[in-house]
Amino acid sequence: MQRRQFVRMLSVAGAGALTGLMPMGRSAWAATTPSAASASQKKMVVIFLRGAVDGLSVVAPYAEPDYARYRPTIGLPAPGKTDGLLDLDGHFGLHPALAPLMPLWTSGKLAFVHASGSPDPTRSHFDAQDYMESGTPGQKRTSDGWMNRLLGELPGRPSATRGLSVGAVLPRIYAGPVPVASMAEGQGATRPTILDQPHVADAFARLYDGSDATSRTYRESLAARREVLASLDPSAMEKEQMAANNGAPLPNGFPDDAARLARLMRNDPNVQLAFVALGGWDTHAGQGTARGQLANRLNPLGQGLAILADRLGPVFDDTVVVVMSEFGRTARENGNRGTDHGHGNAMWVLGGPVAGGKVHGRWPGIDESSLNENRDLAITTDFRDVVADVAERHLAFPAAQLAQLFPDRPVHGDTPRILRT
Amino acid sequence: MHPETPPSRVSRVAAQARSSVAAACALSAAIAFSLAAAQSIASDQQANGSRVGDDALVAHVLNRVAFGPRPGDVERVRRIGVDAYIDEQLQPERISVSPAYRQRIDVLDVQRLPAGTLIDGYRTAQRDAREAQRAQALQAGAAAGDKPVDDGLSEQKSDVLATRRQQYRVLTQQAYEARLIQAIDSPRQLQEVMTDFWYNHFNVFVGKDLDRALVSNYERDAIRPYALGHFRDLLGATAKHPAMLFYLDNWLSTGADSDVNRNAKQKAGLNENYARELMELHTLGVENEGKTGGAVANYTQKDVTELARMLTGWTFDGRATGRGGPLEGVESAALFTFAPRRHDNGTKVWLGHRITPNGEQEGEFALDVLAMHPATARHLSYELAQSFVADEPPPTLVDRLTARYLATDGDIREVMRTLLYSAEFRDRKAMTAKFKTPYQYVVSATRASGVDVLNVQPLVGTLAQLGMPLYGCLTPDGYKNTEAAWLNPEGMTRRINFATALATGRLAIDRPAPPPAAPVAMAAAGAMPVKAVAAPVAQPPQRMSPLQAVPLLETLGPTIGDKTRGVVLGTEPQLAAALVLGSPDFMRR
Repeated sequence: MQRRQFVRMLSVAGAGALTGLMPMGRSAWAATTPSAASASQKKMVVIFLRGAVDGLSVVAPYAEPDYARYRPTIGLPAPGKTDGLLDLDGHFGLHPALAPLMPLWTSGKLAFVHASGSPDPTRSHFDAQDYMESGTPGQKRTSDGWMNRLLGELPGRPSATRGLSVGAVLPRIYAGPVPVASMAEGQGATRPTILDQPHVADAFARLYDGSDATSRTYRESLAARREVLASLDPSAMEKEQMAANNGAPLPNGFPDDAARLARLMRNDPNVQLAFVALGGWDTHAGQGTARGQLANRLNPLGQGLAILADRLGPVFDDTVVVVMSEFGRTARENGNRGTDHGHGNAMWVLGGPVAGGKVHGRWPGIDESSLNENRDLAITTDFRDVVADVAERHLAFPAAQLAQLFPDRPVHGDTPRILRT
Repeated sequence: MHPETPPSRVSRVAAQARSSVAAACALSAAIAFSLAAAQSIASDQQANGSRVGDDALVAHVLNRVAFGPRPGDVERVRRIGVDAYIDEQLQPERISVSPAYRQRIDVLDVQRLPAGTLIDGYRTAQRDAREAQRAQALQAGAAAGDKPVDDGLSEQKSDVLATRRQQYRVLTQQAYEARLIQAIDSPRQLQEVMTDFWYNHFNVFVGKDLDRALVSNYERDAIRPYALGHFRDLLGATAKHPAMLFYLDNWLSTGADSDVNRNAKQKAGLNENYARELMELHTLGVENEGKTGGAVANYTQKDVTELARMLTGWTFDGRATGRGGPLEGVESAALFTFAPRRHDNGTKVWLGHRITPNGEQEGEFALDVLAMHPATARHLSYELAQSFVADEPPPTLVDRLTARYLATDGDIREVMRTLLYSAEFRDRKAMTAKFKTPYQYVVSATRASGVDVLNVQPLVGTLAQLGMPLYGCLTPDGYKNTEAAWLNPEGMTRRINFATALATGRLAIDRPAPPPAAPVAMAAAGAMPVKAVAAPVAQPPQRMSPLQAVPLLETLGPTIGDKTRGVVLGTEPQLAAALVLGSPDFMRR
């Protein structure tokens, strides 16, 4: 393992040395072979909701009487009632705070995989996030994250910004030998760093002009930084869109970052994978209904996803966005008008290639005999099956390497087909 | 590589690997010395072992035995010689520390107070926060009547959570401070280097509930005192410390046919977590590093389960869960408990040994066997050689360390003595062969600066940004110390940003942190005396004096090569010190 990672990392550093100090923008991308180029236009964005979002409020099975019975104070009213759910298919309804996503549902670019998640039974945030990010449920020793393994074996040529993380700390899901670029949250994304000053960069360039791994890596970092900055320059293609907003700033938080991420992905064709984590979903008390704590979190998320879809423009046709969370919450509300740690959840899948307008997955029901341990939604779809499907059929990840992407993944016959073919 | 990989790809990658390795070696020689000088030093070494005044070796030893030089260190080691310095560092108990330094550490609750008192404080804070949260939820619910709960609640709730976070922060902030101040300032440098090494070997994650309160105590009671002692003592101390029992879940592990399960409706289960990591990570190893000597540990899943059964009942005082009364004043060693009612009293067969039921002693026997197993000797020797010599350590050295370990009953000090006197360690090839981990980079830069650190927060933040948050490794295998793990583009940029901020005075580490925004409620909880926090006063501008390149170069001496010196001295003075700390020379050790 150690040796393999070392070698793989060097291969990336080696690619950096080939391009040297040349900016690795469109010209580098255009230089790749046509087949690799079409594969490397495909993108995936992963949004991780840390703290376990209540999937039974996001996509609520309102048609089942147990739903209202389990949740006398926090159950969402049926579609058509005041502050009611937005009907999806006569059985499930979408949380009203997610109204900005309804156009995507209607146009067939949004789907859900219900009763999905990680098969490990843990209800610890710590363990469950760890397992979902390492991609090896039940296995604590895995040192790298599945997005890094994915990055390492994508077809086409590596680039400094191929894998992107929003936020200051490299998340567990990206841990591993392949370099990952990062974009700071909020205004920090374009905040100048010392190396943006030419005289400083020149001085360090004299120290790092060798052919050793340290020097090459340093030069690669500068190239990535330049690429991110160039793509985020609002003077480029975004001017007209800003005019359309009458110059109004976007609400802070996720919608803002989503807009910035869209701009970056649109301007920098090298970006293929992106990761964002959002917190605040652990609604043990006072969860609320159409308004309240959960709604206040869902609202900017829905807005942000709608903005991402819109601003990506044509790139959205080549993008699959996956929203996931470490586990779901209890089917019944607790004594504090909240919900506790549960098991199954809903994954959200958005994008041009998505077989949308549908709630996928085998629905186990929420009657008492169907609940996991008589308390939570059961899991009928392993989250890894969904990701593996996107990796293989959308990103052209080599099928032979899927066993490295998700070691020890049980083989199922009935994986939902969430992508159009 | 995977078997599926096409052969053409394998050879391309392998070729790149070879050329990169060659380039890295060429670099270290080119930076420091002309080829002729290097050869003459190498031959001196062979003739003399260590010659006083051998500057490359002085730099090497300070970079490996210590976290790099502080002002005056290079001069001192030149004077007394590297062997004398190594002998001194191998006996930390004989190195005196100043009263001011002792005071600096002792003032921290996490270092001064017993584990039981820390647990009490943590549980009280947790309970208070939970009750406040519940009360507010009910109040908000009553106020809202049938209407949906309004936004006010989430604000109130976030106040409560903020207070709770603040309380936890006192503990973790102190843990960070205790660790960093010792790494930076302790004259017992090898002990601190070994503490970092063993902490990663026996890693515990600070973010897992009770371990927030305990990581610093774990380091104080189970790691640092044994860092150069007998491995069996270190192993036993980590096995029994509540931080490890909690982190790897052994405190819950219960035999299937134990007394507590006999009449229980809900059966408590066997937990294999600790048993597995005990063999895979802490002792025998899996991949069998080095592969020579035939000491491959062949154990099976059955051995893991059998060991877990032997360790059932190894737990801690139940009061640590927050029920059953206070633990004030109880030291960590007294928190360890053997719970006979949880123990599996059946016969086990483990690593070929037939284990007749013997309660707590079954676990002690397991630790005895594991500590002196030849595979453990090899696994530890490989790890030490990797950390102190090269990412791929010379097999001859691993063999000798293994033999030394077995001959000295697992005496870490003697293994380290063999290592530090070995030709492999003192070989030119080993010098600057290691790429610093973010921790080693940040600590060595701070040491070189000579700043008296009063606020570690900027350093803690830098470590998190560099992907190596202190006590923040989730997985039990701890942080790696190899170049493959840490050399990446983002990391390089961030290291240079840190070097520049430190050198230009933008990281105000030389003055106390501003007082916390929220009152510290730990004192109110009673169990946790907390330092009085000064009333907020008008803050002076948070800037420290910039570092100067010339004294910095003097401090680092032979650590910085001629090429870098040339560039530094030809650069504008405001930037020169940043170039020293951000140079490729300083990235390596």
